[in-house]
Amino acid sequence: MGQSQLIISHSPHIKGKDSIESIMYGVVIAMLPALLASAWFYGIGALKVVIFSVIFCVIFEYLIQKFLLNIESTVKDGSAIVTGILLGFNLPSSLPIWMVGVGALVAIGIAKLSFGGLGKNPFNPALVGRVFLLVSFPVEMTSWPRPLDTRTMLSIPDALTGATPLGLIKEGVAKGEPIAEIMKHAPSHLDALFGAIGGSVGEVSALALIVGGLYLLYKKIITWHIPISFLGTVALFSGVFWLIQPEKYVDPLYHLLTGGILLGAFFMATDMVTSPMSKLGMIFFGTGAGLITILIRLFGAYPEGVSFAILIMNALVPLINIAFKPKRFGEVKNG
Amino acid sequence: MSILKTFKLGGIHPKEGKLSANSPIKNFPLPKTVYIPVSQHIGAPATVLVAKGENVKTGQLIAKGEGFISANIHSSITGKIAKIDEIVDSSGYPKKVIVIDRADEEIWCDNISDSDPNTTKEFSPEEVKQKMREAGIVGLGGATFPSHVKMSVPEGKTAEYLIINGVECEPYLTSDHRLMLEKGDEILKGISIMMKTLNTKKALIGIENNKKDAIEHLQKLSKNYSGVEVVPLKVQYPQGGEKQLIDALIKREVPSGKLPIEVGCVVQNVGTAFAVYEALYKNKPLIERVVTVTGDSVKEPSNFLVRIGTPIESLIEAVGGLPETVAKVINGGPMMGKALSNLSAPVTKGTSGILLIDKKEASRKTSKNCIRCARCTMVCPMGLAPYLLENLANRKLFESSEKEGIMDCIECGSCSYTCPANRPLLDIIRVGKGEVNTLRRKRVQK
Repeated sequence: MGQSQLIISHSPHIKGKDSIESIMYGVVIAMLPALLASAWFYGIGALKVVIFSVIFCVIFEYLIQKFLLNIESTVKDGSAIVTGILLGFNLPSSLPIWMVGVGALVAIGIAKLSFGGLGKNPFNPALVGRVFLLVSFPVEMTSWPRPLDTRTMLSIPDALTGATPLGLIKEGVAKGEPIAEIMKHAPSHLDALFGAIGGSVGEVSALALIVGGLYLLYKKIITWHIPISFLGTVALFSGVFWLIQPEKYVDPLYHLLTGGILLGAFFMATDMVTSPMSKLGMIFFGTGAGLITILIRLFGAYPEGVSFAILIMNALVPLINIAFKPKRFGEVKNG
Repeated sequence: MSILKTFKLGGIHPKEGKLSANSPIKNFPLPKTVYIPVSQHIGAPATVLVAKGENVKTGQLIAKGEGFISANIHSSITGKIAKIDEIVDSSGYPKKVIVIDRADEEIWCDNISDSDPNTTKEFSPEEVKQKMREAGIVGLGGATFPSHVKMSVPEGKTAEYLIINGVECEPYLTSDHRLMLEKGDEILKGISIMMKTLNTKKALIGIENNKKDAIEHLQKLSKNYSGVEVVPLKVQYPQGGEKQLIDALIKREVPSGKLPIEVGCVVQNVGTAFAVYEALYKNKPLIERVVTVTGDSVKEPSNFLVRIGTPIESLIEAVGGLPETVAKVINGGPMMGKALSNLSAPVTKGTSGILLIDKKEASRKTSKNCIRCARCTMVCPMGLAPYLLENLANRKLFESSEKEGIMDCIECGSCSYTCPANRPLLDIIRVGKGEVNTLRRKRVQK
């Protein structure tokens, strides 16, 4: 190559391997264990919801960018796939497919693209889609198919619906039953760990979610700050209530293993776009999300509060970024 | 094994690529013509003392550094001044150069001895500073700050530590590594001289742990020198940044906008220590330096002892010419070096290496929306928020960017290296720094 064709640019002249694509597809891989667990316990319905959610998200992103916004489509970066899987994970496996489409349209069209696309959205798109569906179709969104019974290995037909463990507890406590009584007909801790519990597609198996979360940490796609502060706060806060009144409040481990806490802490609160930019900020964010989750679970009208907790903390991120800036090297304090 | 010391904030670990680590320093043949810039240092350009047609000897002063922050320039060969010209160097701007055509016979200036005549010399601090200044010694790590300035400790301050930078954290470069292996005793003599001059009892040589042979070699040699300690450091970029190195070695933070002497340190590069030895023991000015010529498709990655002013293209020819696959030539390392537009630009005092980069790595990738992953804030060794500084500079909010510490940026490039959205963070931050500098000058004028 001749001298006249030399490329001139500023330093640095080399580039790390990470790209938006590698991050997004890394997240997809991390979600596979939970997806497989869900398919095992809920059957083909779970797969159907997730796959259609992904298809809808990708198609809506492509169509809106191509024909409405007239910009180059970004579907290849994988972020629409991640949103699709996360949205599917937050829905019951029995949800009619057309409702999944509505959720996807809200997630991609309103929560993501109307703010300027990936990187500009203040709220987690999948959660916005989920909450929209929850308030629009409350019955369908809270009907949970029974999971495969691991003791009898009998798959229970989709028509039969059960409650989530947290739903059972909320109902029982409302009736004034003591926790010990409720727990007799609620799934055990072990069931919750492996996945034989009712709930959204993605929250079925705590173990699969932990495996995926560890993969994200190992691949350095996320850092420990948000999940650990989130889970730690949930354990601590629910633990205090449990120690004071064990007959009225369920133990902290049950809180951690059931509902959307693990899914939320590892996969949704850690969404880069909608979480803070400094380590301290991330810890504040995780702590806040954990606190709000338990407040809703124990005292709110809904049995579960992870979605709302994360969305509320999403709204605070711009303020958190101002309040918690990284510590500067050699910073000189004025005055 | 104990945990290796390192700096506390951020950092990255790019591929090391030290291809030329095992190739001994070779004397580069004297070029037919040298192009010696009068400004190879930070500070005022030197004033030309010679005219066209004049004969000069090797080591003769040809341009004088006037004012405190400047440096002398010497002829690196024996020959005749062909002209005073301009040449586009790695800054991309035309710079004044003294062009010298080489004579057949090399004649050194009378007072320079090429052998080491005396091993137990004593020098007074004033003599050392004077000699360093006369020899035109500048920081050979790449910053090229006139070294004698650092040796003058301001009143009220003391230099508790002399810190010697043998880190060489830039990937690919091996010139300091080879120098430490081959000129260990000379470097240590230079260090002793500087310690006495600064009235310092303790010298720490920081070396990244990917140069174990150099660490062992200098550890063995340093037993004969009191107060000199070799400290292995974790391989982490930018370990060789002055502030990072001080933090890694003695856990002191140089305050924002201040110099190392604020925390009782003077930092010099190993190459500088060697140049000090040469200036004091041999009376030899800085007319040559070790340059690594390397790259993934270079046949024989090499380290050369090169006379200042040698055209860079002749170095490339010596390692087999410019390979077809190469699309970018860097003066320096891949993280902080400058891309050359003109290969006839000369080697200067600050040229630590010439790196040839292949096509596949030479071009930038398309920049996308910031996905707010916070990786830039995690890797910034100065604890800054590069995404924010970029954003503020893009919006022309320079006052705010100053408050966010933009001037603390050491331009290490870790943010741009890491950004998964390929954003040109450092490019924009540099523009911001320039604007803040302008603002500051205006404030002073008022």
